[in-house]
Formats: sequence, C-alpha cells, structure tokens
Amino acid sequence: MRTRFQQGLDDLKANLLEMGGLAESVIEAAAEGYTRRDAAACQIVFGREKAINDAERHIDGIAVDLLAMQQPMASDLRFILAVLKINADLERVGDQAVNIAQRALDLISGPVLDIPVDVPRMTTAVSTMVRRALESFISANTEVAEAVLQMDNVVDRMKDEAFVTLVKQMEKDPVNIRFYLDALLVTRNLERIADHATNIAEDVIFWVRGDDVRHGQGLVKAAELEREIDDRHSH
Amino acid sequence: MQTKHLSLRRRLTNYVMTGSAGLAAALVLAPLIAIFSYLVYKGIGAINWAFLTQLPKPVGEIGGGMGNGIVGSAVILFIGSLIGVPLGVGSGIYLSEIGRNKFSQVIRFTADVLNGVPSIVMGIAVYALVVLRQGHFSALSGGVALGIMMVPTIARTTEEMLLMVPHSVREAAMGLGVSQWRTTMSITLPSAASGVITGIMLAFARVAGETAPLLFTAFGNQYWNRNPDQPTAALPLQIYTYAISPFDDWHRQAWAGALVLIVLIVAAVTLVRVAASRGRMASA
Amino acid sequence: MGVAIEVQNLNAWFGKSQVLQDISMKVDANHVTAVIGPSGCGKSTYVRCLNRMHETIPDAKVHGNVQVGDIDVYGSGTAAVDVRRRIGMVFQKPNPFPTMSIYDNVAAGLKLNGYNNRRELDDIVERSLRLAALWDEVKDVLKKKSGSSLSGGQQQRLCIARALAVEPELLLMDEPASALDPISTGKIEELIFQLKERYTVVIVTHNMQQAARVADYTCFFLMGKLIEFDKTEKIFTTPSDKRTEDYITGRFG
Repeated sequence: MRTRFQQGLDDLKANLLEMGGLAESVIEAAAEGYTRRDAAACQIVFGREKAINDAERHIDGIAVDLLAMQQPMASDLRFILAVLKINADLERVGDQAVNIAQRALDLISGPVLDIPVDVPRMTTAVSTMVRRALESFISANTEVAEAVLQMDNVVDRMKDEAFVTLVKQMEKDPVNIRFYLDALLVTRNLERIADHATNIAEDVIFWVRGDDVRHGQGLVKAAELEREIDDRHSH
Repeated sequence: MQTKHLSLRRRLTNYVMTGSAGLAAALVLAPLIAIFSYLVYKGIGAINWAFLTQLPKPVGEIGGGMGNGIVGSAVILFIGSLIGVPLGVGSGIYLSEIGRNKFSQVIRFTADVLNGVPSIVMGIAVYALVVLRQGHFSALSGGVALGIMMVPTIARTTEEMLLMVPHSVREAAMGLGVSQWRTTMSITLPSAASGVITGIMLAFARVAGETAPLLFTAFGNQYWNRNPDQPTAALPLQIYTYAISPFDDWHRQAWAGALVLIVLIVAAVTLVRVAASRGRMASA
Repeated sequence: MGVAIEVQNLNAWFGKSQVLQDISMKVDANHVTAVIGPSGCGKSTYVRCLNRMHETIPDAKVHGNVQVGDIDVYGSGTAAVDVRRRIGMVFQKPNPFPTMSIYDNVAAGLKLNGYNNRRELDDIVERSLRLAALWDEVKDVLKKKSGSSLSGGQQQRLCIARALAVEPELLLMDEPASALDPISTGKIEELIFQLKERYTVVIVTHNMQQAARVADYTCFFLMGKLIEFDKTEKIFTTPSDKRTEDYITGRFG
C-alpha cells in the first residue's frame, strides 16, 4: 500500500537513526575530551556538529514534503510530527555536546585538578537515556520510553549533588574557580541532554499511543534502567 | 508501405459500407415516394371542394364526394383514441412503474398477441361483442375496434419510453416525499412525453387507414350522420367500395379518397407534434 | 431547525444478503456527521435507511428503530412519504427534473405536495437558492432556463436548493461532490459548513480528506458494521480501532 509514502517513512526513520547515532557519538567524544583531557576528542565533536545540522535540515525537508504530498492521518501523522520534534531535540543534543567540548578545552588549558564530581557516571547515565530513547523509537516501545522519563529524576539529582560539591570546592580553592565553573557548566549541559532524551521519549509515546504525556506521568521501570547504568559504568 | 495499404483498404471498406447503407435507405424511401407520387398523379384530378364536402351521388350519377367519409372517419378515430390512448398509456405506465410481477408478464404477452391479430378478425370480434348486442352497426363499435387495435402499440411504446427516463429522476421526486402516482404523472410521464406521443401517433396512423375492422362495425353510410350510435361512413370504407366498383368515376374518386386519407393522417400527426412541442416550451 | 437522530439496532437486507448489521448511534443536532468506509461497506444503504429510500428497491428489507427529531421513522403509524417530506436528500449524480425550469425545480417539493401560494413560493425559491449559493448566478433566468441546462456544480447546488425548499429537519447527502470538479466541490463543502447552522447534515463520502474538512463527527463503516463513531479530530489523529486506523492511513480500501 502506498509504496511512495512507505518509502518516505522508511527514509525518515533511517535518517533520524543515523542522526541519533551521530548525537550519541558526540556525547561520548565530548565526555572523553573532558575526562581524559583529550583535545583531539573535542575537535571530533566540533567536526561532527556540521553533519548533525545538515541532517536536521534534510530530515525536516523530507517530513514537510510527506505532510504536503501524502496527507498522512492518525499514526502516520503522529509519526511524522514525532520525527520533526525528535529531529530538533537531537540537534540540540549536538549543541550541548559542543558546549561540553568547549568547556573541556578550557579545562585542558589549565592545571590538572581533582574535581570531585563523577562526570563519567553522569555521562553514562545521560547517553544511556539517549540510546534507550532512540531504541524506543525504533521499536515503538512505550515501556522503554516511560523508563527513560523516570531516569530524568536520577540525572537531576546527580546535577544537584554536583552543584553542592562544586560550590564547596570553589570556596576551598578560589584560585581555580574558573575551572570548577567549567565543570559545573558541563554538568548542566549533561542535564540538558537528559532533558532532550526525555523529550524524545515523550514524543515516542505520543506517536505510538496518541497520549500526550508531556510534563507528567510515566510508569516505573526506572529500577531496571538504573541497574543497567551501573552495569555500563563499571565496564 | 504496409500502413498505406491498410488505410486504402480501410477507406474502401468505409465507402462501400456507407454506400450500401445509403442505398438501403433509398430503397426504403423509394416505395414511399413512388406510392405517394402515384397517388398524387391519379388522385389530384378528382379533388375539389365538392369532393371534400359533398355526399356520394347515387350509382350512375357523376360527381359527389366523400365529405361524410372524412367526417365519419374523424368521429370513429376520435372514439377510438378515447378508448385506445388512456388504456394504452395506462397499461404502459403500469408495466413500467410497477411491472415486475407475473401480472405484467401476462399483460405484455397479451399485448403482443393482440398486436398480431388480423384486423378483420378484430372487426368480427367486435361485431360479435358489440354490434350483435346493440342490434345495429355504429361508429361507436367502429371506434371500439380501432381503439383496441391501438392499445398494444401505445402500451409498449409508453412502457419503453418511461423506462428510458433515468431512475435518478424518480429518486429525486421520491426523496422529496412525492407519492409514486404523483411522481409518474408530474415528473416521469412529462419527461417521456415526446416518446409517448410518438407511440400514440404511430398507433393512430396505423388504425386510421384500417378498413377491415370497420366493415362489420361502422358499416358505412351514404348520408351524413350525427349520431355515433348509427352506422357511419368512413374514408377507408368508401375507398374500398369505390375501388371494387365497375365505374370509372368511382375509381377516380377512390384514388382521390386515398390521397386525402394520407394527407389528413400526415396533417393530424404533424399538428399533434407541433402542439406538443409548443406545450413543452411553455411549461419549461 | 436541525434535529438530533437516534438509531437503534438497525439492520437491512438486499434480498437474502444482509448489508447492515445492528447499527446504533446518536447524531447531534446542527452538526455535520460524515459516514466513511470502503466500497460496499453499507454507508449509502445506511443513509437511505434514514429516510426510508432503501425500501423502494425491490426485495429490500429494513428492521430497527430510527428516531429523527420527533419522527419515529419506522413506526407503525408513520408513512414513508411523510418521512421523506421531512428529510431531504441530495444524490451523488445531480438529478434536476429535466422538464422543469430552475424555479419549478426548486419549488417542486412544495408544488408536487399541493402547496401553491404564488407569492410565498417566490420567497421560498429565492431563499433556498440563496442558501445554496446559487441565487446570484440564476436569478435572471429562473423561469427561462431548464434545470438541466446548468453546469454540473450548479445542478448540484440546484438540487440542494430543491431539498432545502421544503425545510427538512435533516439533510442527507450521498457523496454530493464526487461527480464534481474541485472548485465546485469546494463550493459545496463551504455550503455544508454554512448549512449546519440551520440543519443537521449527514454526508456519505468516500473522500476522507473531505470528511476531515467538513464534518464535526465521523463514523466508520466496514462490511455493514459500525466500527467507530467519534469526533472527527479524534478519528483522524488517534482512532481507537485498528481497522479504522488501517482504512484512514490507506492500508486498505
């Protein structure tokens, strides 16, 4: 049925997943740049940002054409609308990764400091959320999407804890405030990425179920997700 | 090279077929024209005012006319139409609007059979049923015979013409809550009017020239007759009587009568057509 | 003005085959309800059961309850002719009366039912033609031109005017625009939107986008059954039944 339309939908899906992969990779690279003080990793992030922006434009174009030409209804319509929103969220994820890389470069330019914030753990949590959100999109699985929604609380907690820790550190070692601020901003960027992952999950739920679960509910499958995060992190 | 050949053959076939069709049409028209021309040739000489208005003169005397035959035919045909048209149109309406039951099949079959009855048999039948009962010949019984003969043609044509009215028109009327009867009379029948009138005119033209049925019903009359319940003169009867007679003068008058008969029939049909189309313009 | 409709357990047959199975629904007054579904699903039959046109077909049978406003359509004391007088119908192919002028066409529903007051008829004809957005185009040739001399789109609007002239409580439209070009279709859709202020409209359409454009409520029929009935927005964004979803996304039909 409607081969041309189906091809368009498949095209959208493939492009979006490719963009998702790019987004995940720049999160990892930025985190690497930060934790390993690796300037090259940061450059990778800057380089990939253009690809992400191009992908966003491309996907928008396909989606608008499908809307105009194929008059999609019901779940097809919701799918295309979800793709448009996820598209925007992934592009913002790219922007956040760039911000992290910039902070990392600044840190690299300074002395090696002991920053008592477990950024790697936070990064793992955040990138897991992004990955799971994209998987919920591929498999149209609302349960996974709902678990992602719950995880946002965890990441928020991490961010708040980091804030308290870093403020104390800044009071102890005011000479290096600038670098502690860099770290603080990085936690903020990571938290924003988590928000975008949440948005993606909400869009998936809207598409699959027709439910608008924004700013609201979701079931509890978070425990499983937390365990998964611990597992990943310990490797 | 091949296409040229094909098109030549096609064109040739086209010309031949068109020519044959034209020839066939001409062959059909030819007898008509021939008869009419002959009638005019033979009859025009004897037509004058006296012929059209006077009574037949007694045997042996020259002159006289078929005035009473013309009037008599008109009266008989009028009576016939009074019987044939309502019965015919009514049956046609029934067959078309209701007609999918056993009764309709019977009616159609009967109409077809009736159509095939020889006119002389019709005359004898009416003689037995009407004339004998009345005890005398009359224009009335003549009208009955002719009327019955009109019914099958009118019924079948009416049915066909009504069936040609698209069902969507009836549906429109039904959708407005118009009863089936009103729909037929005010919508369907007027839509089929021209065809129905043609059917009536066909039947009329056919019976206008019938002689046999009138032999034992109207019987004929040498004089003027005001009373339709009495034997009445009719043009076909007069023509027949004069034609088989041994008198030359009567032969001439027979030709004239035949010519007058045809002209009158054509005139009547044309008049009705004109009046019908004028009527339709007015209501449109 | 428009009335509400309530249908209960409506079943219909063509001879031995059942074409409608146990249809029940409520339609709000002064709203447009669209009936959609694949060919042969019974949507035209359904609508024709509402004004007792279905039974005019030989071997057709209907069973069930239909309440249109205060008319018990299939009640034992109700005459089919009366029902059809109070429920208007517009058909797929425009069918103006061919032997009548534009004026007579619009007035037909009244004149044929015995209503003959000349002055009032003039008013009614004008009002109906205005409602049908046809007045300006024909006001000078009302009695000179016959109904069938108009263009397709105009003929259909004439048929709508004819249906409206008798002030029906419910207006049924069986694919009214499917034989028309896009511009005429647009005019008819605009018309339907205006009409719902005064009438309740039920429109059968095989064009889903049209249903989406004009209808407040939509019901989906499949193989003689009513699958889903809901607000149009809901049907076309988040339908509850998978069959509805498959139909409107073009997976079949």
